[in-house]
Amino acid sequence: MECIEFTIEENRPLTRKVNLLRLAGNTAAITRPGQFVSLSLPGFFLRRPFSVCDRDDHGITLLVERVGEGTSLLHTLPAGTALSVLTGLGNGFTGGVAGDSPLLIGGGTGLSPLFWLTKELTAQNTKPTVLLGFRTAADVFFEEEFCALGIRPLLFTEDGSAGRKGLVTDALPEIPCSMFYACGPEAMLRAVCESSSGPGELAFDVRMGCGFGACMGCSRATTGGMKRVCKDGPVFRKEELLWDA
Amino acid sequence: MGRLNVNLCGIELDNPVLAASGTFGYGYEFAECYDINLLGSFSFKGTTRDGRRGNPLPRIAEAPSGMLNAIGLQNPGVDEVIRNELPKLREVFHKPVMANIGGQSALDYAETAEKLSREEQIGWLEVNISCPNVRCGGMSFGTDPKAAAEITRAVRAVTDKPVIMKLTPNVTDIAAIARACEDAGADGISLINTLLGMRIDLNTKKPLLANTTGGLSGPAVFPVALRMVWQVYEAVRIPIIGIGGIDSAENVCEMMLAGATAVQVGAANLRDPLACPKIIADLPEVLDRYGVKNIADLIGKAHE
Repeated sequence: MECIEFTIEENRPLTRKVNLLRLAGNTAAITRPGQFVSLSLPGFFLRRPFSVCDRDDHGITLLVERVGEGTSLLHTLPAGTALSVLTGLGNGFTGGVAGDSPLLIGGGTGLSPLFWLTKELTAQNTKPTVLLGFRTAADVFFEEEFCALGIRPLLFTEDGSAGRKGLVTDALPEIPCSMFYACGPEAMLRAVCESSSGPGELAFDVRMGCGFGACMGCSRATTGGMKRVCKDGPVFRKEELLWDA
Repeated sequence: MGRLNVNLCGIELDNPVLAASGTFGYGYEFAECYDINLLGSFSFKGTTRDGRRGNPLPRIAEAPSGMLNAIGLQNPGVDEVIRNELPKLREVFHKPVMANIGGQSALDYAETAEKLSREEQIGWLEVNISCPNVRCGGMSFGTDPKAAAEITRAVRAVTDKPVIMKLTPNVTDIAAIARACEDAGADGISLINTLLGMRIDLNTKKPLLANTTGGLSGPAVFPVALRMVWQVYEAVRIPIIGIGGIDSAENVCEMMLAGATAVQVGAANLRDPLACPKIIADLPEVLDRYGVKNIADLIGKAHE
């Protein structure tokens, strides 16, 4: 963990609810897809955690959905705004165990860490299958960005206005999978676990206090006891999760 | 003796700044960022006789100039803390540490206090009779002078270490509770724990916290904490630890002028892991600016 300043380079809408933020700063502490950063926003006490969608030596890309007052403000901040950022948080996905047919499953902005993971996998000549779920056609984003990596994602919308009608989990039984990687709403993650027989890793998106393991604000029950999503996660293995505890 | 030294219940502190329980874990997350031996000390995560999973999520919410939490005293239980956490803590912190304990009955508190009291690295016991987020015990002991006295006596009977009672602000007469603790043998008073509050989510139209209510902390509560430290200073002779929204060296001095011998920094640690070392580093300059020679000279000075 490091606490450093990043500067907004780009802040543009992808859909009516989701913005892409490009932040310039030192990215040395961010080493694995699934890790996150936590931004301090002017006028707000708590930081806001966001999964890293992409990184290079000069900065990071975040996908920010407008859900409340903090993210609404973040959508309005212009390029050039400096933000205090806690960087290099969380464990990230386990590398090197994806097998020959990894399956990546993202719901909404949950696709964020899966984009970077897709980049890593394709760089190792592994072609993952990517399933992306959205509410409607108007909510779809990042399809072209995945295509630019040589991976055409399979789209699902709840109303059928784009891609297949239904949920990403509907397609799971028909797709071969050596290992799955999922990120999205908790209900989606649970459904993925219940309809997939293979091994997998899941990244959780929860409200946090500190983001680095001090406050126990984001703990969840696992087979290894209570674990902090921010510090012990946000990525957990399928078999260690307890859903009804 | 440096100019930042204070004496807290017989133990000399390099400076009056402690990190508050529940915002500092067992110290080692912060030890990744800085040498936590810079602190006067810290109070570790509230520990109970048996392990507790805490409340369902969400447990955290934003508030104007602060935050709400409803953790619910998640901790692995006193035996696990002694077995797993204290040895790790010893690696990174070499000063006396404050053990924060919670419970559902006087017996609970006594058993936890007795076990922790045997640990050499523990300097003080801070007894939480003020948690607003647990159903049994917690705050209910801190809102009644008789119950507060009963818990104080139960802990007092099992330890020779200083016993500091941590009080809730959710009462009509904080001075009466503090006096009851002093009369029952407490060596110090720490206050305030969080103020009971809530938020409602406009999207779901339901309470935002799964526990419905939570405890408010952060800069929003600083004036309330200051007022209560002031009132308790007038009511007791034992040392006071001022807690509530402290975010700067100036806040530390203000709290000490109201009567605090030492302070705890809580919510500020969560937004900025370097909050404590920054505050401590700023203290000498702030003392200079206001013409104060030694920080201990500030204790209760606003009452003169």
